[in-house]
Amino acid sequence: MKILVVDDEIDVKDLFEQRFRREIRNGEFELAFANSGEDALAYLDGHASEIILILSDINMPGMSGFELLRHIRSGFNAPPPPIVMMITAYGDPQSQQQAVDLGANDFLTKPLDFAVLKQKLRSVV
Amino acid sequence: MKFSTPEGIGALILCALSIQYLRKFLDTPNRTPRWDQVLRKAWAGVGILFGIGAIFGIDDLSTGWLWAGFGAIIAYTVWLINDFKPARTLLLAVGPFMVMAFLSELMKSVVPTFREEYDDYIGSAMAFSVIWLITFIIIATRQKKALANESVEREKEAEKRREIEARKAELEALVAERTAEITQQKEELEHALAELRITQNQLVQSEKMASLGELTAGIAHEIQNPLNFVNNFSEVSVELIDELADEQQKPERDPELEAELLADLKQNLQKITHHGGRASSIVRGMLQHSRASSGQREPTDLNALADEYLRLAYHGLRAKDKTFNATFSTDLDPSLGLISLIPQDLGRVLLNLFTNAFYAVQQRQKQAGSSTSPALYQPAVRVQTRCENGQARIMVTDNGTGIPEELQTRIFQPFFTTKPTGEGTGLGLSLAYDIVTKGHNGTLQVESREGEGTTFIIKLPA
Repeated sequence: MKILVVDDEIDVKDLFEQRFRREIRNGEFELAFANSGEDALAYLDGHASEIILILSDINMPGMSGFELLRHIRSGFNAPPPPIVMMITAYGDPQSQQQAVDLGANDFLTKPLDFAVLKQKLRSVV
Repeated sequence: MKFSTPEGIGALILCALSIQYLRKFLDTPNRTPRWDQVLRKAWAGVGILFGIGAIFGIDDLSTGWLWAGFGAIIAYTVWLINDFKPARTLLLAVGPFMVMAFLSELMKSVVPTFREEYDDYIGSAMAFSVIWLITFIIIATRQKKALANESVEREKEAEKRREIEARKAELEALVAERTAEITQQKEELEHALAELRITQNQLVQSEKMASLGELTAGIAHEIQNPLNFVNNFSEVSVELIDELADEQQKPERDPELEAELLADLKQNLQKITHHGGRASSIVRGMLQHSRASSGQREPTDLNALADEYLRLAYHGLRAKDKTFNATFSTDLDPSLGLISLIPQDLGRVLLNLFTNAFYAVQQRQKQAGSSTSPALYQPAVRVQTRCENGQARIMVTDNGTGIPEELQTRIFQPFFTTKPTGEGTGLGLSLAYDIVTKGHNGTLQVESREGEGTTFIIKLPA
């Protein structure tokens, strides 16, 4: 399963790669990374069909996670549509509602609980 | 002369009248009161003399003696008041007549024949002396009048001078009173000024604290991110160590995997250090912001300062209004290098400009939200730094509500705010203006179009 992680924090890449090292090693997950909404869209342009799940931060400079979500749902929604999970430091109901309205499949708050995340990812598969 | 004859009586009465006239003309009661006492008794003296003359039947007394006595009285009187000019003139007037009368009488008794012989000349001389007398009496009268006028003038002047003196004293008293009043007012004003200075300092401090309050959420968010990394990388490192330990227990060890795990571990520890440092620098920045400015310029990375405060401002507002979202971007000129400035102070300026920018886009978003097409508006705040002609230029641009032209000149005034009561102190921009212009010899300008957005431009000399 190929997962695209979108976050403006560069170290998220290292963190995810280590957190999912076993899964990556045994080929359960394949991770791709983008540092902004714009990067993510550019990546999707070439790899839309490979990506099954997108994990995106909401608060990013430039294109916000919500905007990215809107673009995904309008431009990269070819069936099967990618599963999108939004991540934010602000776990308020309004943001959550907005994410759902825009077509997010799930809503996670920072700090991420990787055990829970793994469970969710596995349940998707 | 005989006392009983009309001539004798006439002479006596004339003498007495003359003395009366003399007293009046020369004002003897005032000028020489003691001698006047004597003169007043002239009537009585004349009466006594008349009595004596009549009783003893003195028939043979020359009127010349009488005139001579009268002349002596006049002379003595004038001598007493010789500083009175008309008196001297009077003496000059009476003198020749008296002398002539006396000589005429003297010659009558001593050289009667000579007297008879030159009667015509003596008569002419007598007539001349009478004309002389009248003339000089007129002159003396005029002199007296002139003197009287003069003294009236002098009296008037003196009166005037007294009035002026009185007025002057009055004015001086008034001036002293006013001076005291003004001095008191000055002291009161100085006191008020001192109080105002204290209040101003307190306000500056409270403005600083208010902006710190706005920052708290931003700071919390900014610290949370590195802390998450610290926690995550620590946990992952424990997992790596476990894996490494497992690997070492295996009979067939994989040196390549072990090396990879060790490299990862080292990298993780470096990341922990890096993110720990990030968190500390934010806390340090917060402390720096709340601390009174050292006023010391130090070489500062303006780009880092701008980036840091942009984030803090965004997350500060974001924490207050969860629905708020804006894009913020930086366009930082790396050639700027280190600039000598007061970091706390310029940090406050930037924070204020960023907070205002986010507030402006938030307001516009609210307005757009009530309209039909909210999706069309994308709030954006951007900071740009440039090194131009040896000076640093920082531009803070937003696409918010903009500032109406008529308000643009007022925004740097203290206590001017368009925010609802309790939301803004109205000191932010005025302090920012002071910090940039007075503290750094720079300029702070605003360019804005209502409904389109605002750009603040800071220029700092190198």
